Amino acid sequence: MPELTKRERMRMDRTNMPTRSAGDRASDFDEVNLGFTSAMAVLEASRCLECKHPVCVDGCPVGIRIDDFIRHVADGDVVSAAAVIYEDNLFAGICGRVCPQESQCEGACVLDKKGRPIAIGHLERFVADQERIRALSEPSPPAPQTGRKVAVVGSGPAGLACAGDLTQKGHAVTVFEALHELGGVLVYGIPEFRLPKDIVAAEINSLEDRGVQFETDVLIGSGTTLDELMDDEDFDAVFIGTGAGLPRFPGIEGEELIGVYSANEFLTRVNLMKAHESDSETPVYDLAHRPVVVIGGGNTAVDGARAALRLGATPVRMLYRRSGAEMPARDEEIEHAIDEGVEITYLVAPTSFNGADGWLKSVTVQEMQLGEPDENGRARPEPIKDAYETIESDVAIVAIGNAPNPVLTRSTPDLDTTKWGTIAVDEDTGQTSIPGVFAGGDITTGGATVILALAAGRKAAAAINEYLA
Amino acid sequence: MGRRFVIREAETVGPNTVRLVVAAPRVAAHARPGQFVIVRASRHGERIPLTICESRPNEGTITLVVQAVGSTTIQINNMAVGDHLEDVLGPLGTPTEIKGFGTCAAVAGGVGAAIVLPVAKALSEAENHVIAIVGARNAGHLILLEEMAVATDEVVITTDDGSAGLHGFVTDALGTLLAERDIDYVFAAGPIPMMQAVAETTRERRISTVASLNPIMVDGTGMCGGCRVTVGSESRFACIDGPEFDAHAVDFVALNTRNTAYLDFETCRLGEAKETLGA
Repeated sequence: MPELTKRERMRMDRTNMPTRSAGDRASDFDEVNLGFTSAMAVLEASRCLECKHPVCVDGCPVGIRIDDFIRHVADGDVVSAAAVIYEDNLFAGICGRVCPQESQCEGACVLDKKGRPIAIGHLERFVADQERIRALSEPSPPAPQTGRKVAVVGSGPAGLACAGDLTQKGHAVTVFEALHELGGVLVYGIPEFRLPKDIVAAEINSLEDRGVQFETDVLIGSGTTLDELMDDEDFDAVFIGTGAGLPRFPGIEGEELIGVYSANEFLTRVNLMKAHESDSETPVYDLAHRPVVVIGGGNTAVDGARAALRLGATPVRMLYRRSGAEMPARDEEIEHAIDEGVEITYLVAPTSFNGADGWLKSVTVQEMQLGEPDENGRARPEPIKDAYETIESDVAIVAIGNAPNPVLTRSTPDLDTTKWGTIAVDEDTGQTSIPGVFAGGDITTGGATVILALAAGRKAAAAINEYLA
Repeated sequence: MGRRFVIREAETVGPNTVRLVVAAPRVAAHARPGQFVIVRASRHGERIPLTICESRPNEGTITLVVQAVGSTTIQINNMAVGDHLEDVLGPLGTPTEIKGFGTCAAVAGGVGAAIVLPVAKALSEAENHVIAIVGARNAGHLILLEEMAVATDEVVITTDDGSAGLHGFVTDALGTLLAERDIDYVFAAGPIPMMQAVAETTRERRISTVASLNPIMVDGTGMCGGCRVTVGSESRFACIDGPEFDAHAVDFVALNTRNTAYLDFETCRLGEAKETLGA
């Protein structure tokens, strides 16, 4: 491609991600986005203005040298692009798909002001997929072994990132996972149509190839304790990345009715247990032609709504207590959900679940209006007096967030926690109140994003490496 | 990784009920009375909770008593020594509070005897006087009687049809006991209506009564909230806050209803499982 002038680049449109049609995709769990072709990737990458001070890099929680990898893509050199990304992120195939780019790298991109930021996420995904499909790069040589052992508790994004970095430094890493499959929220939470599980498996396999050991069916804290890991199993350090796995319920009447699911339970039944597949022995309610509501406005809520739709539910209605502007889910997912037929009702909050014979029949909601901003700067929803509506629904999926899982903290009294129940850590290192024990991800921050968990895992890995030196 | 949880011993202890000794060293090393494991029988299997009946840390094994009532438990019941369970996660749940209560009644209905046994044993070891009340439909359905006799000071047997022990329900025997003697603590495990009846029997006398609940679970670690039960005015997760709760505060009706959530699915699966096994 001939060298483009800056003016020409600025005039180019953003390359659209090809997707399966809404009609096709709304009845199965195959991935919605199809990925860029090589030509699309080169075209999109060539729009980059190559800023002297690439602000996109500042917008990335793990500081990927985005300008460098994009230049390599524009040159058609995927191998070099992959090498740049993998210096900072071993999980590009995951992050390219699930990061909230609009509030990170792409939100920082100077072209965002024109509404056409470089599609950094789609390019990251392109590079990762090419790399994986064609196995392009030489595997990096194994680091000399240090003889030090590190236990990682939890195989979600924080734990995987921490394990990856520590292995690169030559430490012997064992990851303990409570569930029967590896990946944490990446496998039980995020559905196949947004993040195919073979991509998660491939990125975990690459860690296994680098020497990381994995042990499933181990819940540290209930059973083997932190002390035992360090005293009896000779681990020199521990990283805790147990996530925010304790679903919140609104605390209203009727929560015990059959048909009221936490999003965690519904998504676990579908994503992890494959309840919708004929050979799965795990049940999920028959949603075909039945009305479903989803309570919440985050990615988990959108995932729940779109999964319900794929199980045949109709109508699927999301109920969010603020307005669209405050909705925390990724823009792309909201657009996809609406295209597929998910309805979103803003400014309503549930006040009761109503049932008959123990089964949910409807949800009563109260209308809200936006008030003063809360401590996070988001407008606070305020109930409007006497403005109620009752919505017919056989299933309600509650996606209003998670509290920190208490299993490990309850069994480890020395581990200081915050008033929210999260593990208290030094922000720069992830160091907890116990020497040699570090933590990061949702268990320290409360429910956040995959990329922030990865960043925390990496930060802790660096601190653990220093601690072991 | 599935080969880890090998079945070392398998023995039929009652109708459609087997006792399995399973290699699970991490679980065995830590299990305490009242705790349970989540098990998957096979790769496409569902996750089901099973109480740890006994643990032998030195041998790295746990004992499970499994009654074939659903497709997963049918699969497990058909396993032989040398076969393995796909997954065993545990120990899970909050252990039973064991202390010197005084005189205790340990009430078991049907296969609930497998839940009561380790608790009764621990209560005895804590120098309580333990009276076991073990009930079943008929003589053939009584399980773990010998073990219960060894673990406790007295055993009262009841059967619904009078084919063994007293003719009647465990609550009849419990009512008689309460009328005659001072009982300080009651522990109950078995079918939900039985546990509810035990709670009603002890409520007026305000005898501290604990029931081991059996709601539907998925992960068993607090992550899904499917096992929530109403206790007092609160919603509690049986997997991490329980499975044992103050029986006088449990909403047994709601629990019973919630446990029927997948009845249609289970009936359908059950048919398939029986067909596959030629049962």
